[in-house]
Amino acid sequence: MSERILSVEDLHVWFDLPRGGVLHAVQGVSLSVGRGERFGLVGESGCGKSTTILAVMGLLPPNATVSGRVLLEGEDVLAEGEHSARPHRWVDISMVFQGAMNALNPVQTIGAQIVEPMELHGYATGVGARERAGTLLELVGIGRDRLDRFPHEFSGGMRQRAAIAMALACEPKVLLADEPTTALDVMVQAQILGLLERLSKELGLTVILVTHDLPLVAQVCHRAAVMYGGILAETGPMDALYHDPRHPYTRMLFSAVPDPTGESDVVSIPGAPPRLDRPIPGCPFEPRCDRAFEPCASLRPNPISLMDGHEASCHLNDPALTEGS
Amino acid sequence: MSTDSDALVLEVHDLVVRYPIPRGLTGTLARRPRQQVHAVEGVSFTLRRGEILALVGESGCGKTTTAQAVLRLVDADAGSISLQGQDISRTPRGRLRGVRRRVQIIYQDPYESLDPRFTVRRAVEEPMKIHKIGGDEPERRERVAAALARVGLEPPDLFLDRYPHELSGGQRQRVAVAASLVLEPELLVADEPVSMLDVSVRAGVLELFDALRRSGLAILMITHDLSTAAHYANRIAVMYLGRIVEEGPAKEVVNDPQHPYTKALMSVIPDADPRKHRTAQILTGETPNPVSVPPGCRFHPRCPVVASGHARATGIEERCRGEDLGLTERLPGHSAACHLAAGT
Repeated sequence: MSERILSVEDLHVWFDLPRGGVLHAVQGVSLSVGRGERFGLVGESGCGKSTTILAVMGLLPPNATVSGRVLLEGEDVLAEGEHSARPHRWVDISMVFQGAMNALNPVQTIGAQIVEPMELHGYATGVGARERAGTLLELVGIGRDRLDRFPHEFSGGMRQRAAIAMALACEPKVLLADEPTTALDVMVQAQILGLLERLSKELGLTVILVTHDLPLVAQVCHRAAVMYGGILAETGPMDALYHDPRHPYTRMLFSAVPDPTGESDVVSIPGAPPRLDRPIPGCPFEPRCDRAFEPCASLRPNPISLMDGHEASCHLNDPALTEGS
Repeated sequence: MSTDSDALVLEVHDLVVRYPIPRGLTGTLARRPRQQVHAVEGVSFTLRRGEILALVGESGCGKTTTAQAVLRLVDADAGSISLQGQDISRTPRGRLRGVRRRVQIIYQDPYESLDPRFTVRRAVEEPMKIHKIGGDEPERRERVAAALARVGLEPPDLFLDRYPHELSGGQRQRVAVAASLVLEPELLVADEPVSMLDVSVRAGVLELFDALRRSGLAILMITHDLSTAAHYANRIAVMYLGRIVEEGPAKEVVNDPQHPYTKALMSVIPDADPRKHRTAQILTGETPNPVSVPPGCRFHPRCPVVASGHARATGIEERCRGEDLGLTERLPGHSAACHLAAGT
């Protein structure tokens, strides 16, 4: 990994539930991402992946409690809450939301919506901001002449490009993309992924791709973390995750994805994800795991380093526990 | 292909569905020409007992409209839809109840298709009451339990009194399937049946469809996902702008695609193995507006064969631009609508 730009250290997020009780959505996540790297955060609904990046952005709702550190170029952006997060948000670290293409303001031109964050954060104003908005549109593959168009005049793919242009308005170093292609057709998805890949190469932009779609991450990202039940089950280079998975969930998740040739066997994972509103003493995947053994139900596995930045939170990698069983 | 007509459940022939675009008051006063969305333009296919046919394509290609026409939720402007030999495309609305029982639909979103105030028992029993079948109360209860067991919700007693919010997405979709099965349909239309579900449970629900197929049901599956179609369908029909551009045995269509559009679609499907990196053939632009369909082959403005000059070099470009070709057989039971000669 190149020079690290973003590190998350032992992040926990709790939500107070409206009817009492607490949901422990993120249960100790640690990861670091290098400058210019494309990193995937993969998991199924409710695993805590979106909560993790909202915490990184400092955008969690008021009923959330956070602990841990988020270091952006060495500086803890969570240290003093909104006070320390605000100067970086949209400026150093930016985000494309899930369904962003449907979140554009319908009564404002695309140009005005790209200019707004620049003026808000004092990045550029007036003619200069408008000039940069045009450049950004061209960067994402839309003609500058479309600045004065409204969102409804754009197709879904173009609106998603415009949302990416907005996120890039203040020249951030890190772009978080939450399911950026979920509602798009495969052809448009390929165009958007190609765009993200090009931006990371041309601008040296760090891209964190958050998605449930494993093949998408496999083709776009250098490294990825697989998240389950609020923890990172496994982190590592994409190639290692596919060819040498060290957490049963990673292996089973790959087996649940049909391949385009229709040849391999597809196997679903029995059971359902754990509820996070009650404490889980052991490994959250234990009830669905095909290789669970004695310590799994009672002992929480810590991440175990394997090699080349490959880590897995699974007791199977701990020789002290597997011996004799 | 077998010609056993008993096995033929659905035969759609030259189906055309167009939606008029409202002109509005000013448009009417200005006598602007009436415009139409050409949603489905001459679609033909057959579906047999024990078969899954996947209609695959991007949004706006007409796959859902085709399914809605089969369900008689929209009216066909031309063509015929035969269910076990009987043309249902002109059956008056008032006489559709029998047809509705025989053709059931599974919707994309099981979070919305089930009534949140209905228990599982009521959700599965209700269709029988509406269609006045299933005998008396105890017999209906037996049928509910049997349907739940058939969709893998076992033991049924564990699920009967639960509400949708107490079920996972996969379980909800199974309840929706059970509510169709109690009517003993001949044809099941499944519109993106797993796209709202988590990856880890999709295969289980798709295996259920596979089991239903093996028990003799005919299934028309609407999906945008070629990988899913390749695994679970017997045949795939690829749609583009209201037409089927390629149709054939599922694995053959994905592994030996004959139409340039299918080839391009296959090239952009990401593979879970990072070492398998296909050269994506990204088509420029998006699917054209079905209000003004391009003349000639409707795919030619985006076709890589035309754009690369290969069509010109082989002398077919004029036909690509001027002549709308129907499906022609390339391999046994595998057809494509393309001027380019087979194997090139």
